[in-house]
Amino acid sequence: MLLLTCPCCGVSAEETEFTNGGEAHLKRFGPGSSDADYEAYMFARKNPRGVHFERWRHAYGCGKWFLMARDTMTLEVYGAYKAQTTEPPADIQAKIKARRPEWEGYK
Amino acid sequence: MSHRLGTGGRLIDRARPMDFTFNGKSMRGYAGDSLGAALLGAGQVLVGRSFKYHRPRGIVASGAEEPNALVGLGEGQRFEPNQRVTTTELFSGLKAVSQNHWPSLEFDVGAVNAKLWRFFPAGFYYKTFISPRPLWKHVYEPIIRRSAGLGKAPDAETRDADRYEQLYAYCDVIVAGGGVAGLKAARQAADEGKRVILTEQNPHFGGRAVVDGIEVEGQAAEDWVKAQVAALQAMPNVTVLDRTMVSGVYDHGYVLAYQRVADHTPGAEKPRHRLWRVRAGQVISATGAIERPLSFAGNDIPGVMLASAIRDFVVNYAVSPGKKVAIVTNNDDAYRTALALHAVGVTVPAVIDARKEVTGDLPAKARAAGIRVIEDCAVRYVEGGKSVTGVQLCRFNSDGGAVIETLACDALGMSGGWSPVVHLWSHCGGKLTWDEGRALFRPDANRPPLGHDGQGFVTCVGASNGEFDDEGEAAMLPVWLMPAQASYELRAKAWLDPQNDVKVSDVQLAAKEGYASVEHTKRYTTLGMATDQGKLSNINGLAILSDALGQPIPQTGTTTFRPPYTPISIGAIGGEARGGIFQPLRKTPIYDWHMAQGAYWEPVGHWRRPYCYPKTGETHGDAVKREINQVRKSVGLLDASTLGKIIVKGPDAGRFMDMLYTNMMSNLKVGKCRYGLMCNENGFLSDDGVVARLSEDTFLCHTTSGGADRIHGWMEDWLQCEWWDWKVHVVNLTEQYAQIAVVGPNARKVIEKVGADFDLSAESFPFMDWKEGKIGGIEARAFRISFSGELSYEIAVPASKGQAFWDKLMAAGAEFGVMPYGTEALHVMRAEKGFIMIGDETDGTVIPQDLGLNWAISKKKEDFLGKRGMEREAMVSPDRWQLVGLETLDGSVLPDGALAPLPGKNDNGQQETQGRVTSTYFSPTLGKGIAMGIVHNGPKRMGEVIQFQSAAGGTVAARIVDPCFYDKAGEKQNV
Repeated sequence: MLLLTCPCCGVSAEETEFTNGGEAHLKRFGPGSSDADYEAYMFARKNPRGVHFERWRHAYGCGKWFLMARDTMTLEVYGAYKAQTTEPPADIQAKIKARRPEWEGYK
Repeated sequence: MSHRLGTGGRLIDRARPMDFTFNGKSMRGYAGDSLGAALLGAGQVLVGRSFKYHRPRGIVASGAEEPNALVGLGEGQRFEPNQRVTTTELFSGLKAVSQNHWPSLEFDVGAVNAKLWRFFPAGFYYKTFISPRPLWKHVYEPIIRRSAGLGKAPDAETRDADRYEQLYAYCDVIVAGGGVAGLKAARQAADEGKRVILTEQNPHFGGRAVVDGIEVEGQAAEDWVKAQVAALQAMPNVTVLDRTMVSGVYDHGYVLAYQRVADHTPGAEKPRHRLWRVRAGQVISATGAIERPLSFAGNDIPGVMLASAIRDFVVNYAVSPGKKVAIVTNNDDAYRTALALHAVGVTVPAVIDARKEVTGDLPAKARAAGIRVIEDCAVRYVEGGKSVTGVQLCRFNSDGGAVIETLACDALGMSGGWSPVVHLWSHCGGKLTWDEGRALFRPDANRPPLGHDGQGFVTCVGASNGEFDDEGEAAMLPVWLMPAQASYELRAKAWLDPQNDVKVSDVQLAAKEGYASVEHTKRYTTLGMATDQGKLSNINGLAILSDALGQPIPQTGTTTFRPPYTPISIGAIGGEARGGIFQPLRKTPIYDWHMAQGAYWEPVGHWRRPYCYPKTGETHGDAVKREINQVRKSVGLLDASTLGKIIVKGPDAGRFMDMLYTNMMSNLKVGKCRYGLMCNENGFLSDDGVVARLSEDTFLCHTTSGGADRIHGWMEDWLQCEWWDWKVHVVNLTEQYAQIAVVGPNARKVIEKVGADFDLSAESFPFMDWKEGKIGGIEARAFRISFSGELSYEIAVPASKGQAFWDKLMAAGAEFGVMPYGTEALHVMRAEKGFIMIGDETDGTVIPQDLGLNWAISKKKEDFLGKRGMEREAMVSPDRWQLVGLETLDGSVLPDGALAPLPGKNDNGQQETQGRVTSTYFSPTLGKGIAMGIVHNGPKRMGEVIQFQSAAGGTVAARIVDPCFYDKAGEKQNV
């Protein structure tokens, strides 16, 4: 059971206090978008063995959604940050790069 | 024969004898005994039968690693199978029964399997019962199930009489194991001021040191341990737990520890087991090591035991497994057993040592004591059936063809070296390294399991880390088979896993048949799959596999170590969550009243709602009919408090509502209500309900009872993660209000009688309006909405006033015969009206268009959630299944979920179908069965008769009709 820290309220808590919302930093494609864009938005999800960016909600706490960089293999948490961002903060990216030099970036 | 020695026994109290029974036979042990010690002390060597061949089995080990000596403990509500006698503390009146035999332990019919061993090779079941396939389910499997298996499950009608609990704890360091290494580690952490939890699986601390009588820090181990435990217990930052096993280490320092609080005092007013759910900063594994058996023919005969276990029984309980006990070894440590036996007067005819030359200090002591040491020697074959009578010896480096001597003995201690207990290191991904010199896997400190911060969080100390206090001992000789080139006949009698009857020859056969992976070999041969999970057998087994594959042991690797370390009780996993507190129950403010009326309950999510209110002598069906007739004729009350109530508020509320709902909500007038649909991004219908505009910037969204929390989360998701610049906030007020529907032609009269401070007339308060004011002196918000087709007011009052308001309505309605009605009446009435129900008409693949709800999908809006999804080719296809009403020709009620079969098969070889029933009821209003369903192109096929599956197995004819069966013009609700 993961130990997660909510960046919004600062509480560290059991994974069961949170709900996972899948991959982070998706771009929504609505009416007028191509089939390929819509398909990528709805169905094409990354499933990396290693660094991954995820959406989490502190569902049984402050209720806020946040984003988190996590290693799916070692379960190391590189950092959590607010959902109102379009890309991972530079310090978290730098931390990942330091821990995993072979990491190719979040895109 | 095993027996109790006249003196000694550091754990037993001879002044307190305890009587117990084994298979009904009365026996006596002493306070402090394990059940295993008491059995051996009473001369009971034979304790069970093996899984496959039903061979006689005796105690092998002295602790958690015991593979053979499993018994059923207790009776009736306290019966529990598969309990290890070596970890069961004796108490007066204990009742144990042996397992896996028929008709008796001494005479067992299944033992005939042992004579047929040639016909039960590795993978026997897979090979033999593979065809013909249809026989598997009805013939092979039941027979195999009856003849296999260990203990019997408790009787299905019994309920566990004991209590279990769980406890959450937090610490900087948890130490697993209370031997010398664990005590030292705990003391060091405690002295540094850390919060420490120290656990020891046994009732006593000290591990092997106290048995072997070594010195620790210049003190006798026994004294040192006592002093350390006392010191730790006195420290405020330390929790010391005996009888507590760390059963598993999980992600980020989550640890489960299993405390056997009252196993040894059954019936005491204590929880039987307590499961500690610990979040630890660091886990220190001080779990010691387990001695390995040796693989030689007949090593499963009762009386063949681990050398260290014999030492434990002698020193701790003054029990000897025999009068003449031989020892076979590849290392010096086993000589401690020879010396311990010798010291208490038990004859040791010889120590049989596989090494060419035996030179260490301990063998020298043994020799000095007059114990014969036979070098370069192996056990060829153990003679005996239900107990050992002697051992045949041969040269170690031979095929065992030549017997050099037969040694008379009645027990045999074996030692193949030691394996560190690395389970807790490995549970969360810690890697191992092969120690060539000691022939063991130990933790690789460079590859620990990682915590949330990317740092290792498990440390192994002492023997668990492969560190042994073996100064002055000569090197061991890795021995995986004895004699080294044993013939097939001998290998086929050399057991690796005695519980599951896996022999050296089985693993070799698996390798020959192409099983190169240790994980596959495990499953094919069942090696290590017994209840002991291969604690004794795995290393020997994978060494044999490596040899057969011609590769070094580390290349073969180990199977995965998974929690729990030893089985923990299901009761402890459940903890207090049973009966009334199995899960939280959500109750409406009127719950107690419903209960007092004898409501028949229906679970709706975590809510309990009255399904109906049966009166004396009524069936549930009768009650539902009566409730519907009353509502249609006069007036009824429904507790609708579970309905979701979410406030959406802010300058951008209208814009947000237009994205959430498929229809336009921003143009809803204040004071008005509108039915709306919500879809997910696939376009599939997700929830529905009535929206009321409370003010220019405030909407109240009613959701389904089960959907309130989900929809609230859905709104938060979009507001926080996608449109975070929109000025809107949402609040889930579901539990802040009691909501009561007053329904029926007399609804208005009832409310008028209670007294409202606003005009209730149709002219000033028309259908789909809402009004606020006081009704019966209680602040109320009334919505003129209807889910039944009748004149209806849904009235929300503060939750705390719910019961009072309900009482006023009941009193005022008395003259109209008012009755409460339940969810079933609600369902039938909405189906009579052709209203859809989320979860009945929808299943996550249905779009609103399938349900004839095109009118609720805005064509003007550029975007809403699900709009793009609905535009996909498959969604706009004319070939979809769509909502219709269904009427059987014979008036019967269609079975729920019934499919409409068509001739032919689809590409998957399944019956073709053209529709299915989504809601089906007997309508008391119409006096016949009515149903809704989705049918291929249904709305274009009005009047057509098609077949549905019937409950009896055949088909039943139904006519496709309009889904609205009652008052299609809506005259009754709009008055």
